[in-house]
Amino acid sequence: MGRTSIFLLSAAATMLAGTMPALSAWQPQKPIEFVATAGPGGGTDNLARAVQNIITKHKLVEQPIVVVNKGGGSGAEGYVYGKASAGDPYKVIFGTSNAWQQPLVSKVAFNYTDLTPVAAMAQDEFLLWVKQDAPYKNAGDYLKAAATGEFKMGGAQSKDTDEVLTRMIEKAGKVKLTYIPFKSGAETAVQLAGGHLDSHVNNPSESLGQWRGGTQRPLCVFSPKRLPQGAKVTATEGWGDVPTCVEQGLDIKQYEQPRTVWLPGKVTPDQAAFYVDLMKKVQATPEWKDYIEKTSQVDTFLTGAEFDKFIKEDLEHVKQVAGEQGWLVK
Amino acid sequence: MDNLGELLHGFSIAVTVPHLVLMVVGVLLGILVGVLPGLGAPNGVSLLLPLTFGMQPVSAIILLSSMYWGALFGGSVTSILFNIPGEPSSVATTFDGYPMARDGRPTTALATAFGSAAFGALVGVILITFLASWVAQVALAFGPAEYFAVYFLAFASFVGMGGAAPIKTVVALAIGFSIAAIGIDTVSGSVRLTMGVDELVKGVSFVVAVMGLFGIGELLVAVEEEFHARAVSSKIDWREVFRAVGRLPRHSVALLRSAAIGCWMGITPGGPTAASFMSYGIARRFSRRGRYFGTGEVEGIISPETADHAAGTSALLPMLSLGIPGSATAAVMMGGLMIWGLNPGPMLFVDQKDFVWGLIASMYVGNIVAVALVLLTVPVFAALMRIPFVVIAPLIVIICVVGAYSVSNSYLDVVMMLGFGIVGYLFKKLFYPLAPLVLAIVIGDKAEDAFRQSMLMSKGSLGIFFANKLVTCLIVAGVALLLLPLVLQLARLWRKPAAPATETTAQEKVII
Repeated sequence: MGRTSIFLLSAAATMLAGTMPALSAWQPQKPIEFVATAGPGGGTDNLARAVQNIITKHKLVEQPIVVVNKGGGSGAEGYVYGKASAGDPYKVIFGTSNAWQQPLVSKVAFNYTDLTPVAAMAQDEFLLWVKQDAPYKNAGDYLKAAATGEFKMGGAQSKDTDEVLTRMIEKAGKVKLTYIPFKSGAETAVQLAGGHLDSHVNNPSESLGQWRGGTQRPLCVFSPKRLPQGAKVTATEGWGDVPTCVEQGLDIKQYEQPRTVWLPGKVTPDQAAFYVDLMKKVQATPEWKDYIEKTSQVDTFLTGAEFDKFIKEDLEHVKQVAGEQGWLVK
Repeated sequence: MDNLGELLHGFSIAVTVPHLVLMVVGVLLGILVGVLPGLGAPNGVSLLLPLTFGMQPVSAIILLSSMYWGALFGGSVTSILFNIPGEPSSVATTFDGYPMARDGRPTTALATAFGSAAFGALVGVILITFLASWVAQVALAFGPAEYFAVYFLAFASFVGMGGAAPIKTVVALAIGFSIAAIGIDTVSGSVRLTMGVDELVKGVSFVVAVMGLFGIGELLVAVEEEFHARAVSSKIDWREVFRAVGRLPRHSVALLRSAAIGCWMGITPGGPTAASFMSYGIARRFSRRGRYFGTGEVEGIISPETADHAAGTSALLPMLSLGIPGSATAAVMMGGLMIWGLNPGPMLFVDQKDFVWGLIASMYVGNIVAVALVLLTVPVFAALMRIPFVVIAPLIVIICVVGAYSVSNSYLDVVMMLGFGIVGYLFKKLFYPLAPLVLAIVIGDKAEDAFRQSMLMSKGSLGIFFANKLVTCLIVAGVALLLLPLVLQLARLWRKPAAPATETTAQEKVII
């Protein structure tokens, strides 16, 4: 086919698209902004940059993509920005379950309903970690020791995923823990290594280096079944060797943190569909598998009704915990 | 000397032609982002990060860390020439650097700053080389109570030793603390002091505050004082660059003291900003020419610059060995480490010897490359001071506006920056010190978090600040520094009942 005929074809396609907008897929016409609701270097930022890198490498989109960080106010800055950009399909917001949890417990100027959900792309697991030389071998021993009421549990941020899980452990294990909030999971891990805390509930990637370095070890994972085996982390153990918490008598079947992708509110279904499709393509690349493996996350893809259902269920659950703790804002 | 052998091996990795080229490229890019408004090291490094994904980790980190050195040096340029600090840690450099440059000695100011910065960095790297394992252990001993004690020490050294009336210092600190409290509170998770402005949930960025306080504030004062073209007729003199560097050894006491403070604050998690302020405060007290600080004193430039770079360099160690990034730039680099497939943490030194020692060796070489390049550019930058005020003034406004906007592409930040400009002007006119205000904005919320975390741990008992030797020493040192001026004053009063009142007014003139 010659140049001219391609030109004619595309001209015809454009005309068709002009007359039948319902059938034509939307395509971006200018640069796209990826908004990470976290500072540079955090898990959410890494996801946004990994996706940008994959899209650029495989040329999945013609337009350039820039990543900006709006991590102020535990991510609220980015969501508020998304809300303010209603109708703009050139802003993609990367976040976590924060999008629906934060408005429950603090007076931030957005709710997840102000945004258009695109997908939940990866799930981070939670584990119960203690210092390497702690006397307890399993979650049962830990709970017995914690019955004194003197235990200090660290975590990232206040009234966020880590503290919610802490409160769930208190309830399931019938113990009382003092929760100390820090800025990030990495900071919490160092505090545990220094012996200033008794335990924390970090994600795998937040404490991987510390486990390998022999400063702390996981007791159990908050997941219905054990994690995939993968490569060994220490000389003898890998993620698959960590028992589930239920196995050890701490009855919390599942607790996960999804990494979520959003568009501002009031975008057209076409535009949302374009990004759902784009994220699916990203997920099919070997680079994505590599990213998931290196960050020890679980590969999932929830979109549409499934994603909605997930949010609703999680929201109910968090509401219950937050209500019991008296965190809900009016 | 195991470490020495490892280091030599590291040099064999770092000193190869491709790596030297990467260093030069990185340093030049770094100087560029350091000098350009609003870009800064963290943004520069994140822009460059995707380019490194295909590289060997050690090449990638050499490129990124060289860029970091370049940006640190570049940031001092705007502090000295235009009174606009690009990084929190170069605020203290403006106190004497800017007056000296305005006095017609920009070449001397820049060369002194670069020379002492290089010395500080060198001491920092040597420390990392020989004490790596010990340093990592020290950092682990720091829990919330110890963190608070370190911040308290930084505040105390500055308040106790600053030249302004103590009550004005306290007022400035209080205003700074309230600004630092804006946004989401880590410990309670609730939103504070946003006054109904949704966007304020992100808090007040340091860059926005200092661009206004220093850049615009200074401009307003200059316009009012004498609205004429105050071009500085400095001759571009290459020899002055070397003369200024050659004079540095005369200030060896200040250099060594500042490097020691810098290393200490870099290893303990105080960080470069606290280090530079503390070093400046202490130099002001102990220098023979302390009373002239704020008017363009050489030691007023040496002290913060040396401490800043010593702390900045030694702070990379906790990042590698513990995985706590000491600064925004370090956080981006850590993100890079994960993507290259390395896990920062205690095992990095065992698993990835080539990477770690290649990086440490590149710090020696990279800093030498950086200082050589910046010293070469001094006359070019100094020439900027010859541009008449009527041209430079609008340029400074543009730099500040663009810089404030590009922090997070927000119009509100520009408005706030201009507001801070008025605050800065009022502070200058009323002889209130700006330094405690900035110090409180930068580390005020960290100090608050640490204090409240300690209170949670001890269930409200202040005993936690005297629970072990380390924290007790830090707190006692802090209290001593705080009370020192009071004690000295009382002693003077006791000896000479009628103290001349003129002294205080003379002091007020040099308030920074």
